[in-house]
This record gives sequence, structure tokens and C-alpha cells, in this order.
Amino acid sequence: MTSIVTTLDPQSRAARRGWSDLTIRNAFVIPTVAFLIIFNIFPLLYSLGFSFTDFRASTNKPINFVGLKNYVDILADPVIWRTFSTTLWYVIVSVAGQFFVGFGLALLLNRPIPFRGFVTTLLLLPMMLSPVVVGLFWKLIYDPSWGPLNYALGLGTVQWLTDSHLALYAVAITDIWMWAPFVMLLSLAGLSAVPKHLYEAAAIDRAGKLYTFFRITLPLVAPILLIAVIFRTMEAFKTFDVAYIMTGQPAAELISSRLYKLAFQQWQTGPSSALAYIILIMVLCITNIYIKYLNRVKER
Amino acid sequence: MHKTIAGLLAGTSLLALGSISAQAQELTILWAEWDPANYLQELVNDYQAETGVTVTVETVPWPDFQTKLFTELNAHGSAYDLVVGDSQFLGAASTGGHYVELTDFVAEHNLTEVMAPATMQYYSQYGGKYWAVPLEGDAVGWAYRKDLFEDPTEMANFKAKYGYDLGVPQTFKQLIDIAEFFNRPDDNMYGAAIYTMNAGDAIVMGVENSVFAYGGSFGDYDTYKVSGQLNSPESVEALEDYRKLFTFNPPGWGNAFFTETNTAMAQGQVAMAMNFFAFFPSLVNEATNPYAGDMGFFANPPGPRGDDFAALGGQGISVISYGENIDESMKFLEWFVKEDTQKRWAELGGYACNAALLSSEEFRNATPYNEAFYQTMFKVRDFWALPEYAELLTEAADTFYPYVVDGQGTAQETLDKLTATWVDTLTSAGYPAE
Repeated sequence: MTSIVTTLDPQSRAARRGWSDLTIRNAFVIPTVAFLIIFNIFPLLYSLGFSFTDFRASTNKPINFVGLKNYVDILADPVIWRTFSTTLWYVIVSVAGQFFVGFGLALLLNRPIPFRGFVTTLLLLPMMLSPVVVGLFWKLIYDPSWGPLNYALGLGTVQWLTDSHLALYAVAITDIWMWAPFVMLLSLAGLSAVPKHLYEAAAIDRAGKLYTFFRITLPLVAPILLIAVIFRTMEAFKTFDVAYIMTGQPAAELISSRLYKLAFQQWQTGPSSALAYIILIMVLCITNIYIKYLNRVKER
Repeated sequence: MHKTIAGLLAGTSLLALGSISAQAQELTILWAEWDPANYLQELVNDYQAETGVTVTVETVPWPDFQTKLFTELNAHGSAYDLVVGDSQFLGAASTGGHYVELTDFVAEHNLTEVMAPATMQYYSQYGGKYWAVPLEGDAVGWAYRKDLFEDPTEMANFKAKYGYDLGVPQTFKQLIDIAEFFNRPDDNMYGAAIYTMNAGDAIVMGVENSVFAYGGSFGDYDTYKVSGQLNSPESVEALEDYRKLFTFNPPGWGNAFFTETNTAMAQGQVAMAMNFFAFFPSLVNEATNPYAGDMGFFANPPGPRGDDFAALGGQGISVISYGENIDESMKFLEWFVKEDTQKRWAELGGYACNAALLSSEEFRNATPYNEAFYQTMFKVRDFWALPEYAELLTEAADTFYPYVVDGQGTAQETLDKLTATWVDTLTSAGYPAE
């Protein structure tokens, strides 16, 4: 009996090998913390420092402290404001589209249908593709001369990606196609967690389908839907690859593309660091609002 | 036994020394991913055969080339020994200390006489010093469908409509007439395919072609005077006509660069296509173009006042300051500028910049596009090469695009806006711009 206890005691086993609990904990925690500090915290602080300078990474000129000049210049730049408002509208259209399409699909799949698992897997495929591949793929679909979209809808030669009024929506449609399955997946998890007895009770009370949906389904799924919306909002705000690949239309230029041009084409390292911080603060603010709302929904 | 161990140690030491020596006998050249880079790899294989030095040409897709290069240079990385870089990079790379100065090398090999003058001026020189050796000459030219241009019915109809013979355009205005004539959307046939992409230097290169030909200018690169030049009446007229030319392009033609213009030609969609000469070989290849046998080529035609210029492409090869094999790189350049090497380079498909070679009958008749290339290389003009060129380039592309592709505003408003933006950018960078 003694020997069994000894065998099961992990502390003794670790001690016999010379590894204390503290050592094991440190062996896991220290590399992770070191990795975070080296690759996340340090660059974050380093770029914060750059944002107050006139540093250009492409030159060997001395770096000068310019205070808040970069922030003031960026906030006074009409092009930046244009791209901010374009991005905001893009986020609204894209996330709303993903929400309705994704949740709609989840409601359809949350009922017994033939080949449910197979259909679910098929619907998840778009989000497994590389954004660059998706961008190139949809660029072909939108082609006004021989793209299948105009042909299938009988639209003639609608110029989806070059028309200043359409380009942003064309990119948003692509993003919806790619990421609605993500919302669908989370919604499905939420829907399957709703206790069945609530629906049975509603059925006994002869509650209508709409009443059941708005009084039982939606309130119980709301927290997980909000999490999906938070994730998608943050991601949509950062959209770069799909938009960059698909269109060069300035009317559809998102803030990430502007940041890329500033940082890696013009090598304005100081101002681009400042812009990156402004974007970070905006995303944090929006996410914070969502999280507060999410907590309120949970409390209910 | 003792001797065996000593022998093994000696052998190991020799092997180690040998491997160090072998490592030093390697050079890596960075270039963009396109056919000429493959030709260069073939060429440098000859160098390896002659000298035993392994030379590898590493490529990066065009849209990422500038970013990749400068990321490496800014990090003072030694991954590459040489780079075949755009002419616009010279200012940023030389003032940043990234390129080895080649002024003495140029003088020693008399390259200002050996190479075509424009290539030395634009691919090599910045701030009165030389930083590169011209490697791939290039410029923007035009491809056209000879079968359409020489069709008797088309010729008769054209003459009836415009009052002169259909043929290779002698002026930019004629080029627009021809584009208009062949623009038949109902038959899925369009007049021309031009550069419009708002990325890199695409749309700017296209606009340059017309602005330079019309006697306009992108500013004085010596005095930094922009106002009155960029928005001069000549530049305005040129931009208006570039926009007019755009209306004879296939639908949705707002994201086109070298791949798209060649594709439009290969699909029989357009009568004329603008492109860099480096991309014309695929148009005369029957495997990639069903109309290969009907292809003709011409240099950018003169503008309405007889100004005869074209936009410059092409690159020079520079030695990277942070490379670990600078001496070996210099030896490679010495080999590259030799006349035999230049000849071999041209045979492989590269556009050699050697003036004598370019002017030779043999070169001019070697392909259907070499004659047009030869004519073009003696009338080229380039974009700004300042360290701030990328800002000027993106500002120009962002300003041209809404007018050319969307028809927003007027050419005058567009150029006035860009003039103000450029003066501001140049002034902020410390240049006495006005």
C-alpha cells in the first residue's frame, strides 16, 4: 500500500527526478513570459517611442524627438479621416452581414436535416482558406468581362472592384462570404447549449415561433453572439490582405492599407507608429464598449 | 594510431577550411520575380563555370520587392550581396548608406561611354555619384495587332473616318484615334490596354508616358520646382488624353499593370497594349499568345508639339554595403560589364545597356520588339529618385487614380492638387520646393 501511495504521489516523483513544482512551473511560465516580453511588449513600447520621433527606417539620419507632432499631423490629415470613415462603414457592413448570414445559417443547421455534418463542414471551408487566395479568387469572380457573377446575375459589365461606389461593398461581400461561417460556428455552439426543456415548456404554453425565438433562443445565445461580433469587429477593423489584393480604388482604402503604405512603402516609421497607436486605441475603445454590453447581457 | 588521429585531425581542419573558403565563393543577388531574373540566373551560371563562384538569383514578387529590399537594408542584413534595384531606389539607398559607391568603378571601366547615356543617368547616378551598373534596360512601349492594322477593310474605314492611313501611330493623338476606332464593346473588342493600377508605380508610369510626350514634366529634379511644371497646360492636356485613352479600355480596367495588359492582348481583347519591353517576349510566344504571329511593337509616339519621350523602367545592379563578399561582388561586376558578357546577356533575353550592342543591327533585328526598344532607350525620362520618392509616388497614384479611372474632377484640378501635395512633401523633407 505504501508503495502504491508513493507511486501516485507526483510531488515525490518530481522530487526524485530533481524537479520541484516551482521548477516545473517556471519551466512553463518563464519561456512564455520571456517570449511575450521580447516579441510583444518590447516592440509595443519601442514603437510607442518611435511614434514621438521623426524616425525613418530607410535612412541613417539622426532621430529627433518631435513630441505629439505625428499624432497631431495624422489627426489633421483628411486622407486619414477618409480612410477611417471608410473603415468604419466597412466594419458595420461586413460584421452586420456576417452576423445575419452566420446566425441564419446556424438556425437552419440547428434542426435535423440530411447530411448535417457534411453541410456544416462544407460551409466552414471559406474561413479555412488563405485571405490572399480568397482575394484573388473573388477578383476573378467579380471580373466585369468574364467573371461569373455578372454573367449569373445578368448584370452586364458592372465594375465591382473599380467603381468608387461599389468597390468597398465588393470587398465586404467577400469578407462576409469568408467569415460568416465563423459566426455560424459560434452560434451553433450557443444554440445547441439552449436547454431543450425551455422549448418544451414554451410548446406546452402554446408560445408562437417568433415569441420562442425572441424570448428564449436569442437571449440565451446573445452572449456567445456578442463574442463572435467582438472578434469579427476587431478583425474587420484590421482587414488588410483581402482588400489590398482585390482593389486599388482609393474610395475603398481601409486604414490598414494606409498604415502599410505609410510604414512599408514610404518608410515614415515615426508617423506610422503614431497611426498604429491611434488604431489600437480605437479598437480597444470599441472592444471595451462591446465587453461592457456583453457583461450587462450576461447579468440579465 | 597516433599518426591516424593526427591525420584525421588534419583532414578535418582542411575540410573546415575548405568549407569556409567555399562559403566565401558564393554570391546572392536579389531581384524581382520575372523572366529577366531567370535569364540572369542562366547568365551567372556561366560565371560559376568560369570562376567557381556560385551565384544565386533570389526573387521576390514585384509588389513586395521594394518592401522586402528595404526591410533587409534597414536591418543592415547580409543575406544579399547585390541587388538589381529600381532607379527610384537610388536616392534612399545611397543616402541611407545601403549601397557601395561605384564612382571609381564606373570611371575605371569607362562606363559612361560604354553604356547608353540614359541608363547611366537614371539607373546609376544619384547626387553626382554612381551607385549601380545598368543591368536591365527597360522602358514603356506599345504592342499592337498587325492583322487588324493591316486589314484592308479596317484601313479603308479608318481612312474614311479620320482622313489619314491606319498604321503605327506617329503621334499620341493618332494613338488615341486608333484606340477609339477599334473600341467596339458590342464585339468585346477594345481600343487599348493601359496601366491603371493604384499600386507601386503602375498608373504613374502610364501617365508619365503621356505627360513626357506632351512636353509636360513631373517637376525640375535639380531645383525642386514643381509648380507650373507638373500642372502646366502641357501636363494637363496629357492627363486629359490619358483619361480619354482609358475610356477605350476593357470594362473594369481600373486595376491593370503588366500582367493584365499582356493578358488582354493574348485574349484578343484589345488592339494595342502598353507594357514594359521586358514583358513583350511572352507576346511573341505562341504558347502564351495565340496572336503571337500578328504582334507588332512601337515606341511611345511623340506628343502634339513633337516632344518625343517615354517613361523609363529597368534597373541597375548595386553592391549592398552590408554584404560579406563585397570584393567578390566587385569582381562579378567587372565580369558583367565585359562586352562578351553583355552580348551573352542580350542573347539570353536580357536588355543589355551596352550602347554599342544596342545600336548594332544584329541586336535591333534580333526580335520584333528590339527596334522599338532601341528607339525608346534614347528618349527616356524617369520619376523622382529622392529618398522620399515613395511618398511622391503613392501621392501621385492616389491623386491620378480618381481622375483617370473614375473621371472625378478635372485634369487641372488633379494636377493642382498633386502640385500642392508634392510641394508640401518636398518642403517638409527639407528641399527648397515651390
